[in-house]
Amino acid sequence: MLEIILFSLLNGILYGLLLFMLSSGLTLIFSMMGVLNFAHASFYMLGAYFAYTLGMHTGFWPALILAPILVGVVGSVVERFGLRRVHANGHVAELLFTFGLAYVIDELVQLTWGTVAVPYREPEYLREPLFTLFGTDYSIFRGVVILISILMFVALWYLLKKTRVGMMIRAALTHGAMVGHLGHNVPRLFMLVFGFGCALAGLAGVIGGPLLATEPGMAATLGPIVFVVVVVGGMGSLPGAFYASLLIGLLQTFFVAIDASIADILGIFGLQIDPYGEVARITLANLAPMTPFILLVLILIFRPRGLMGELEP
Amino acid sequence: MLKSVRTLVTASLLLAGTAVSAAETVKLALIDPLTGPMAAAGQPAFEHLKLEAERINANGGLNGAKLEIVGLDNKVNPQESLVQLQKAINDGIQLVTQGNGSSVASALITSVEKHNRRNPGEEVLYLNYAAVDPAFTNDRCSYWHFRFDANADMKMNALTNYIASNKDIHKVYLINQDYSFGHAVSKSAQEMLKQKRPDIEIVGNDFHPLAKVKDFTPYVSKIQASGADAVISGNWGQDITLLVKAAAEFGLKAPFYTYYGASSGVVTQLGDKGVDRIYQINEYYGDFEDPEMAKRQVEMYEKTGWDFYYLRLSTMLDMLKAAADKAGSTDPKDLAKALEGLSIETPTGEVTMRAEDHQIQLPMFISVMQDGMKYGAEGTDYNFHKVAEIAREDVTLPTTCRMRRPN
Repeated sequence: MLEIILFSLLNGILYGLLLFMLSSGLTLIFSMMGVLNFAHASFYMLGAYFAYTLGMHTGFWPALILAPILVGVVGSVVERFGLRRVHANGHVAELLFTFGLAYVIDELVQLTWGTVAVPYREPEYLREPLFTLFGTDYSIFRGVVILISILMFVALWYLLKKTRVGMMIRAALTHGAMVGHLGHNVPRLFMLVFGFGCALAGLAGVIGGPLLATEPGMAATLGPIVFVVVVVGGMGSLPGAFYASLLIGLLQTFFVAIDASIADILGIFGLQIDPYGEVARITLANLAPMTPFILLVLILIFRPRGLMGELEP
Repeated sequence: MLKSVRTLVTASLLLAGTAVSAAETVKLALIDPLTGPMAAAGQPAFEHLKLEAERINANGGLNGAKLEIVGLDNKVNPQESLVQLQKAINDGIQLVTQGNGSSVASALITSVEKHNRRNPGEEVLYLNYAAVDPAFTNDRCSYWHFRFDANADMKMNALTNYIASNKDIHKVYLINQDYSFGHAVSKSAQEMLKQKRPDIEIVGNDFHPLAKVKDFTPYVSKIQASGADAVISGNWGQDITLLVKAAAEFGLKAPFYTYYGASSGVVTQLGDKGVDRIYQINEYYGDFEDPEMAKRQVEMYEKTGWDFYYLRLSTMLDMLKAAADKAGSTDPKDLAKALEGLSIETPTGEVTMRAEDHQIQLPMFISVMQDGMKYGAEGTDYNFHKVAEIAREDVTLPTTCRMRRPN
């Protein structure tokens, strides 16, 4: 039992951190520009594919740095020449634009890299076990992923709270017009934030690619979950996104680990239900992939502003 | 590309020129996932069919008619498959084949039955090359459906015989996809193990959603904690690749007894960690000794970049040719009649399409991943090496099918 709890904890945290890396960029862009970037997960996919292609020439570590930068550049270009023009037509146009962009990126990826998964993997020496507990190996790569995620979290916090750029971003979040009047180039700031958010997604792709799978469907599978994270955490709240990511990561892994049906759970609370009924027979493990969406519905009903979202003015 | 355009142009010219006489090209539509997470199961089948169609055509085609393969992408979605089936029918295609996903096959069988009842004279024949839910050749058998793969029960029968003979196995873990096929695998595994080795304990029985799970680590932790010394899985496509990848990463020692462990991607993803650990039950295995087959294997990999995995597709086309030549026609009605009870010689031995339920009867093989093979899979030195051969008589199972034949 102990080993299940321990490894579920490790797996859940790892998955949660990956989700946070994705959702932090999305929530940053949203809080700044009011744009829900539907193509965000597509930038995550681009990160993985860029790293795969670059990695063949430069090796894994340089690709880890270069691929997110490249994705960031692509993101900036998209903001500068696409989103900014569409911006004049309001939020719906922006939404539709990013929605279309997601399809375009999907198709481009399939045209360039084919319709099946590419063999993108971490280097051989990272697959060695970092430690072995109860006969289960925990690879160095997983440790590295956790480390990178934590470093990224610290760097992001430092950037936003301790630097001049961070101050400007925070100011632009709430008082965009005033920051502009003070002589700062707000459109450029938007471009940088959008690019930076995409680069974070790209970074998630670089480490998520070998961890999960690098294939054209990877954006579509993670995309909805990232939106759930942002909504559950509270639109535009970074700490909220962090807690929501971990919550979803842990929920999903622990649900798989628990061998109990809905009837069993209700039984604990003294509700006796026919254990062979259609609904009551569903096990928690079966529900695991659904948990983010169940959580989404519950949050929208009981706490629409999310865990840490600001109240609507 | 240019070549295919040219053949297309010539083909259409030919068609236009001979429109009055009987059609010279017979089209076979493959309705399978050609994009998306399961494309790695559909794409090699498409390439395999195209390559084998060339061979059939070089040997005289189907009763003189040229065979052409048309790929239709269904993304393993039953609704999308029915749209594609309708598209094929509208294009005048009367032969369809599909393999990936019994959920899709179930929809196709119903739809083809209905179409054929309503449109006499325009019957469609459904050739199933891999959807192995046993029901399709038992309770739900259909005259217009022919299965060229052993069904899930036949495979499990062979697999459990092998497991039962291994006295070191005491605890078995079942992990399968959450739909009719996965449940069929799990059910027959439990029943057959109970009967053959009552001492074996089933320590886990998990179902996960089809083609949705990217991260199998929670499942692997669970398997690890259960203390299982063997895992049985019917997973296919990405679900098997990612499952065994996660297992290898976490150093899971228990061997995997799989239906589709040699699916494309597994060898590349696992490398050394898959050796002696991934078993597969199939009608074929990677290091097949026959030099003629070796040549075809190498040729296919060089031409298409995919391994020669689906011997049953070759068998299917060979049987189709034999049926067409025997009937002297390529009309689906005549083909169906000729296919019933048809026997042909294949590289692994004689196979027969049982008339009773349209379930092929064939020998099967259990193989395990090994290093240093003469013909490696996916450009590596690894491939699947035979550990057991199960004769046709031992694979076969009785059927409950009561076929309704058209008068």
